[in-house]
Amino acid sequence: MIKLTVNGAERSFDGDPEMPLLWYLRDELGLTGTKFGCGIAQCGACTVHLGGTAARACITPVSAAEGQEITTIEGLSPDGNHPVQVAWRDLNVAQCGYCQTGQIMQAASLLKDTPKPTDQQIDENMSGNICRCGTYPRIRAAIHQAAGQAPASKGDRL
Amino acid sequence: MIHEAKLMAELAAAKDSAGPVRLDNFSRRGVLGGMGALVLALSLSDRAKADEGASKEKEKKFGADGMPNGWRDDPKIFVAIAKDGTVTVTNHRSEMGQGVRTSIAFTVADELEADWSKVKVVQAWGEETHFGNQDTDGSRSLRHFFQHFRHAGAAARLMLIQAAAKQWGVPASEVKAENHVLTHAKSGRTLGYGDVAEAAASLPVPARESVQLKKPEAFRYIGKGKIGLIDNHDITTGKAIYALDVKLDGMLYAVVARPAVYGGKVVSFDDTEAKKVPGVVKIVKIEGGEIPSEFMPLGGIAVIAKNTWAAMKGREALKVTWDDGPNASYDTDAFRKELEAAARKPGKVVRVAGDVDAAMKTAKSKFEAEYFVPHLAQAPMEPPAAVARIKDGACEVWACTQGPQAAHDRVVKRLNLPADKVRVNVTLLGGGFGRKSKPDYVVEAALCSQAVDGQPVKLVWTREDDIQHSYYHTISVERIEAGVDDKGMPVAWLHRSVAPTIGSIFAPDPKHELPFELGMGLVNNPLALKNLRFENPEASAHTRIGWFRSVSNIPHAFAIQSFVAELAHAAGRDPKDYLLELIGPARKIDPTEIGDVWNYGEDPKRYPVDTGRLRRVIETVADGAKWGRKLEKGRGLGIAGHYSFVTYTAVAAEVEVDDKGQVKVHAIDIAVDCGPQVNPERVRSQMEGAVVMGMGLALTSKITFKNGRAEQANYDGYEVIRIDAAPKVVRVHLVPSNDYNAPLGGVGEPGVPPVAPAIANAVFAATGRRVRELPLRDQLST
Repeated sequence: MIKLTVNGAERSFDGDPEMPLLWYLRDELGLTGTKFGCGIAQCGACTVHLGGTAARACITPVSAAEGQEITTIEGLSPDGNHPVQVAWRDLNVAQCGYCQTGQIMQAASLLKDTPKPTDQQIDENMSGNICRCGTYPRIRAAIHQAAGQAPASKGDRL
Repeated sequence: MIHEAKLMAELAAAKDSAGPVRLDNFSRRGVLGGMGALVLALSLSDRAKADEGASKEKEKKFGADGMPNGWRDDPKIFVAIAKDGTVTVTNHRSEMGQGVRTSIAFTVADELEADWSKVKVVQAWGEETHFGNQDTDGSRSLRHFFQHFRHAGAAARLMLIQAAAKQWGVPASEVKAENHVLTHAKSGRTLGYGDVAEAAASLPVPARESVQLKKPEAFRYIGKGKIGLIDNHDITTGKAIYALDVKLDGMLYAVVARPAVYGGKVVSFDDTEAKKVPGVVKIVKIEGGEIPSEFMPLGGIAVIAKNTWAAMKGREALKVTWDDGPNASYDTDAFRKELEAAARKPGKVVRVAGDVDAAMKTAKSKFEAEYFVPHLAQAPMEPPAAVARIKDGACEVWACTQGPQAAHDRVVKRLNLPADKVRVNVTLLGGGFGRKSKPDYVVEAALCSQAVDGQPVKLVWTREDDIQHSYYHTISVERIEAGVDDKGMPVAWLHRSVAPTIGSIFAPDPKHELPFELGMGLVNNPLALKNLRFENPEASAHTRIGWFRSVSNIPHAFAIQSFVAELAHAAGRDPKDYLLELIGPARKIDPTEIGDVWNYGEDPKRYPVDTGRLRRVIETVADGAKWGRKLEKGRGLGIAGHYSFVTYTAVAAEVEVDDKGQVKVHAIDIAVDCGPQVNPERVRSQMEGAVVMGMGLALTSKITFKNGRAEQANYDGYEVIRIDAAPKVVRVHLVPSNDYNAPLGGVGEPGVPPVAPAIANAVFAATGRRVRELPLRDQLST
């Protein structure tokens, strides 16, 4: 029996301990905000916070999360108003939106460690998160906004 | 989108004639269904039924009229108003990031004079006889349906006015609808929309000509770019539901082991070990492997389990013996040589003007170049996925599909069910880019459910499944030869385009590009050329070929816009000035006069090829990029313009090539003239995204085949653009248009084609090295 905490709630799991956390969250707990994109930690769509740090749920066995606190997009903020979420909405970052929960979780983790990131720090920290729609310029701008900074290059968008 | 029977006839016709054929006009079957409980949406109105009859008689075949099942503008189909005043707009187009749920909803709301905070949107299921055409492809949603949705909103507004007038006993002309309130100024009375919703719903839909559209100066939402995405909150909180997120009670999960080679089949399989995997429920063979596959499954072995992980583990434990079939030796390196050989010999002539051979002889100099673009996979972030269940002889599906009617029809066919016993619900799409126009995965889901007595099954494609079993962008060689005069301007132009056709998924071994492929920037090349000949030599397909965002415009634009820059350099001219001179003066060209009978399905009179608009977008990006300025060492500016999806786009790229040959794109200017912009904010975001996707195919992405198998499997081998490669500066220039009765152009795709040639031209400007093969990757490192 594996015990872990997901968004503040204690959970236990007695299935295959090798099952990636991703499928445990999605199939067993119904937390589908954590997305499947590649299964090999190449795209970041499955990003969650494990013990407060961004981690790829698709390559993290449930057993490796034993005793740890896991935060998913559903638990990032009680009302959906984490500064990163607010900035994402303000700038209409999303296109299809599929990768954005992973992007938001990665960005929230970045800002926790680096409250005022430069463009280069953003690129280094966010380059594990693919957006096939190509929303990268707005992701950069939204992270700056969430950090309380003006974007490096301000476009005339919303 | 394509209906197979009609396509077969078209292909047969194409075989017998050198002339172009239409491919964009097909009929489909569908069924009527109820609309749910909201008040205004009581029933399918008489008008929709009348339209059905009328459309059969109509000869007009352009735009939405020319699409299967056409269009509807009946407010009873699309608008519902509840007693509390909540307006619900039904959106029948698939949302895959273009913002269509937002743009269509606010278009209706604007004409309805609705308060946006009281507007909701619901997604239509797939039923084109009820909703009109639903194929979300070809950059058509607003282009085809904007005016009809305006009309639906305005008609609903008139019905509310009539209901209020009746209640008050005053003439309708004295009642005004404004921002969710009905007012009779003379008596000072007001009513909310919800107060009269039921009464309005019982009124007949007003005659179309009696409905007054708003004047654009009165628009609240249309053209303003002030409305945020209607799904923003759900997307940013993880509540948005894509097909992969659908969960039904008692649902099982499935993955399929498919043949690695297109046309391969299962010879035998041993599932002893797979069955031992805890959670595996059932293992079943899926028939398939026919060529052409059309939209049907490739076949293979499905593993159905209690969760996705168990299904994947079960699949790993399968032992399958495959017959690789006729494409077992497909090798893209060897095939490229075949394409090059074909491009060096005469082929089927698809457009001719003047006398190229004679003019070549008089030319002062001659130039020739060959351009290569590899296969590409759309690789949307959400891989193909669908949930299906069968209950009481009816199959219900939830799918991320761009073509719900096509999905419906394939499930009907494969499960041999009556048409009214299949319902396809459309979820959000985690990207589409053309991949999700082909519903093979939806049929797989239905077959899996059938295998477990109708229990709900979620069919999941892994990323490896997606990259190795895509409907790939074609593989192409474009060869251009030109003879130039003493000023370096071309007097003769020969272009041979060789690429396996998308028609190959519908018919056995067609050898030529179809009119819709030729019409994507080859035959309708608008350059002012007196002597030209365009040819399309033969090519066969050895894998599934399908639509990839902007389709054949990719290789055509890359070749033509690169070659023009090559000629400019040879002539010692500025590439932008040379390009503009070659486009020639502003003029409106009837596409049928330049060999394009397709013209994206649009009326050639309403949608001529306008070289003035093409010139303007090129001049706009040149201004934006400060063309002609002095650049730092190692940097270069490149430019390209292109006409696609009846829209004009141009890109100026500033790149830097370091001493290791690595290319960095610093800035992109992109200009778009798509006519009136319903949602300029989303036009901008589509251009930003197109820049990134165009950069991917320019710089990093390719699919190669060896022994019939795709050599890439995931985002490690199939590289796409990441944030660190995205330009720091992307300037989107929207060419303004305030005439909302003018024809709309497409938006989703036209941003892509000019990106790669602009980058290749910039690389040349930076290094003096001409890249004629995509992706660039490390070609410059040697």
